[in-house]
Amino acid sequence: MQFFNEPIEFTSQPGLGAPVWRGRAADGGELKDFAAAVHLAGGRLAALWGSDERQTTGGFRLHCVFGINAGHACVSLELPAEDPVYPDLAGRFPAAHRMERAAYDMLGIRQVGGPGGSDHRPWLRHGGWPADWFPLRHDSGEPADFSNEPTDYDFVKLGGEGAHEIPVGPIHAGIIEPGHFRFSVVGEKVLRLEQRLGYQHKGVERRLAGADFSTGAKLIGRISGDSTCAYAWAYAAAVEAACGVVPSPRALMLRALMLERERVANHLGDLGALGNDAAFAFGLTQFLRLKEDWLRLNAELFGHRFMMDRIVPGGVTHDLAPPALARIVEQCELYAREVKELRAIYDNHAGLQDRFMTLGPIDADLARELSLTGMAARATGILLDGRVYRQDYTPPPPYATLGVRPVTDERGDVAARVAVRFDEIFESLRLLRGMAVGMPAGEIMTAITPVAGGVGLGVIEGWRGEVLVGVQFDAAGKLARVHPHDPSWQCWPALEHAVMQDIVPDFPLINKSFNLSYSGADL
Amino acid sequence: MMISLSGLLGQIFSIALALVLAPLLTGWVGMCRAWLQSRSAPPLLQPYYMLRKLFNKDVVLAHGASSLFRVAPFVVFGCMVLACAIIPSLSTNLPLAPAADALALVGVFGLARVFIALAAMDIGTSFGTLGGRREMLIGFLAEPALLMVIFTVAMIVQSTSITTIVETLGHRELAIHPSLAFAGIAFTFVSLAENARVPVDNPATHLELTMIHEAMILEYSGRHLALIEWAAALKLYAYSCLGLALFFPWGIAGGDSFLALLAALPLLLLKLVIGGSVLALIETVSAKMRIFRAPEFLGTAFLLAVLGLLVRLLLELKA
Repeated sequence: MQFFNEPIEFTSQPGLGAPVWRGRAADGGELKDFAAAVHLAGGRLAALWGSDERQTTGGFRLHCVFGINAGHACVSLELPAEDPVYPDLAGRFPAAHRMERAAYDMLGIRQVGGPGGSDHRPWLRHGGWPADWFPLRHDSGEPADFSNEPTDYDFVKLGGEGAHEIPVGPIHAGIIEPGHFRFSVVGEKVLRLEQRLGYQHKGVERRLAGADFSTGAKLIGRISGDSTCAYAWAYAAAVEAACGVVPSPRALMLRALMLERERVANHLGDLGALGNDAAFAFGLTQFLRLKEDWLRLNAELFGHRFMMDRIVPGGVTHDLAPPALARIVEQCELYAREVKELRAIYDNHAGLQDRFMTLGPIDADLARELSLTGMAARATGILLDGRVYRQDYTPPPPYATLGVRPVTDERGDVAARVAVRFDEIFESLRLLRGMAVGMPAGEIMTAITPVAGGVGLGVIEGWRGEVLVGVQFDAAGKLARVHPHDPSWQCWPALEHAVMQDIVPDFPLINKSFNLSYSGADL
Repeated sequence: MMISLSGLLGQIFSIALALVLAPLLTGWVGMCRAWLQSRSAPPLLQPYYMLRKLFNKDVVLAHGASSLFRVAPFVVFGCMVLACAIIPSLSTNLPLAPAADALALVGVFGLARVFIALAAMDIGTSFGTLGGRREMLIGFLAEPALLMVIFTVAMIVQSTSITTIVETLGHRELAIHPSLAFAGIAFTFVSLAENARVPVDNPATHLELTMIHEAMILEYSGRHLALIEWAAALKLYAYSCLGLALFFPWGIAGGDSFLALLAALPLLLLKLVIGGSVLALIETVSAKMRIFRAPEFLGTAFLLAVLGLLVRLLLELKA
């Protein structure tokens, strides 16, 4: 089938996962035209990565995943080995910019033309390896004893009367993930923020190449610890699609149960931290207490506080007996009451609302422009949730039958992101009760054997947004290429826009309202 | 002026008391804050443990730190000790008190502020400059409000000497001054801002971009940091004692007997315990305001103090 009357022919990915179509662009022009058509139709860029296919096709391959109304369209483009270049997509989708630069750092494929084509600054490479060495090429060999020399990075400089720069990080006053923020300010007013990420780069993609799929599951679950269930499920869905395996309804329901528990845990923590960043420490203690009890029940029921390694390709590792499900229902009812009380405190606190309201605004147009996804997009009024029905889109099971109510807020500011978190907690608590009551019977594991040359793409709506994992098996049934994509890729640039025109001391609150992953995007 | 032996003794005792009680007061506020947030509280002696830890640590100096950076902690500490020495906590018989009246006291606080802000800028980091700038913003708004508060009280007793104020207000007949109510609220606002407390600053934050006081001292370590932390505790103690002296002066000993001094101690402790818990309560129920709301906040304090002054001039003097 075709989309938007473009010549690229798509085939649907088999299996029960989120709807994915795969197609091949004949040349760069076709890809560019398709991107333009997606842009025109209000779609977005969901992910972009490259793979080294020189052992099979003699060249490199570029993979672009576009989010369209019906689901995800994955377009691949073959690139010649001697001159692996492709047309820049950042002109249509600014979100492509960093992904393209990362793809060059990892694989040596280069975007040409457009705004991305003129920016050759490295993104993930911080001088840990030479510029002419590409870790994801098969023939790159074992890394030599490279000297780890910090490289200069050409930040965009603003001039003018009174303008100066404030560099912040990667080492911060608190114990948080490392990232560098370069503020251009006049007094307290932020004129521009430029982020420099990649300090958490740990070579996950290279490590995954050649591993068997069960090792891959463990690694994927550790890319961003706060989203371990989302990653594990997206990876499992990709492997299952590649191997033609369909997990049992009970396994799918248990996965959804874990994913919703992960969502609630993170939202609780974030709401507390948002209060704390406005010096309302009472909120932090109350929400941390709730989060702690929540995680303790996780440990009791699943043997792990964050439910790491509980979702595996083929199913899940832990089953829940009826008493355990009853505990979940009981806990959800208690939490619905307690969170409601805390919400009333937050909503009625003038000082807190004064901090939250109108701070760090993103409107829906900007969100679409930046391909924003997940909670941050919903807080601008865009109904974009992989669990919710929309026109031409049916959510994958078990969400198709759960009837998830959409949560949006049109204000787009910190207050909106707080409100969306509250509403999503209530919705997840409702879903969890429904899942615990209506848990289908059956096995929780389906045997899985890797299929040589199999490819799959898994998409899961994690708490932060859409987590994608692309999987490709080699001829021996090992993982040839795995690309995990965190929603933070799209959200980080949105943060740069959100902080503009606000003042420096308000940045931490805006930053926390997004709470983006460094590790997930630094790979 | 002759300094009596008991006066000297009382002076030394009140300074020693300030040095001992100040960290305890900070610890007490920390405990109350924890309880109000339903956390288990750190021990009362926590500030002492921190001071001991810091005094035992080596000092790490930033590259390019000048002698100003090394001297500033001692100046700040000295200023706060002097402030504590001239604010009557137990007795009004303070030989050092004539050294500075209430107006000069504001100057002593100002001197400490200038030094810490200069030291913060001295090392040339962006956070130091940021903090120094913000501190001066808060300072230039807080000082006039504090002066206005002092003028209001000074008009009642016709003197700017703090000891005279305390003696007049505490030891004469009980009279209710509406103007003092306005001045008291204004003083509370100023105290919150000057002591880097919520809702103006957050002493517990780790977010370097939001800091005011903490941003200035980010580069300090070891004994320098210990002195600054101790000075911050002394400042809170000094402001508490000043507030108590101006608005709740009852129970402060007037005579020069050492026994009367000791007798005044339990009442002072009680007042500090109550004051500390009120501060913790204010901090717990408030969120930190946007930094550009601080001028409104301190402007309100200034207006209230002026209102107090007007009430004094227009109502009380006529009556």
